[in-house]
Amino acid sequence: MSDRIEKRIELKAPVSRVWRALTDYREFGEWFRVELEGPFVAGQISHGRMTYPGYEHVIWQVVVQKMEPETLFSFTWHPYAVDPAVDYSTETPTLVEFKLEKAATGTLLLLTESGFDKIPAARRSEAFLRNDGGWTQQMKNIESHVAQTS
Amino acid sequence: MAAKRQAPVFAALGDETRLSLLVKLCSGQPHSISQLTRGTRLTRQAITKHLRVLESAGIVHSVRTGRESQFEFDPKPIEEMKQYLDLVSEQWDQALARLKSFVED
Repeated sequence: MSDRIEKRIELKAPVSRVWRALTDYREFGEWFRVELEGPFVAGQISHGRMTYPGYEHVIWQVVVQKMEPETLFSFTWHPYAVDPAVDYSTETPTLVEFKLEKAATGTLLLLTESGFDKIPAARRSEAFLRNDGGWTQQMKNIESHVAQTS
Repeated sequence: MAAKRQAPVFAALGDETRLSLLVKLCSGQPHSISQLTRGTRLTRQAITKHLRVLESAGIVHSVRTGRESQFEFDPKPIEEMKQYLDLVSEQWDQALARLKSFVED
């Protein structure tokens, strides 16, 4: 069992296009489904509100770490922080990194989320119990929405 | 009990001695400290210290039988950790699929 999540995905779009989708706060909000208050700035907190039906009460917040143009975008956050009654700020956040590489067909995106070794056991089970399939359904809704509007 | 559950599972697993203790305990049978010390180069005290780390992460539980403590394996925290990672991982799969259609369309 690893303490990190790693994903690799090839996107048939130029690196510059993918970079914009990741780091322009409006574009990020479109596919991530969050309404952000302003642009991402390295070293600063980025606030927003989830736009999933049923999750609108959830405040979305990350601390932007690195913005190396067309190469690396990273932030720290508290994954699955959906319970307004819980103060997640006392927990050690995880680090999310998007790394971009030019590929023959477009862009290779490497996503890493690390630091799960610091997540308290109690919260992990709670988060799991809260997973009632709602997220999965929301994700599907969004996929069809994005397909219609883009 | 609630406070005990806060100990990170990965930290508890990140040690060869503790992993070898878990291998012994995985059989499902409770073991005493003497049984767990046998065949190792470590002292009873060292084994006890490692067992306490596993216990604070909720991976092992001690049961007192007579004069000796018996330790038994509890797979639940490790299963929960795996389920949690699977959940976060699935969310990323879906978010990246949306990103893909967003930039490719």
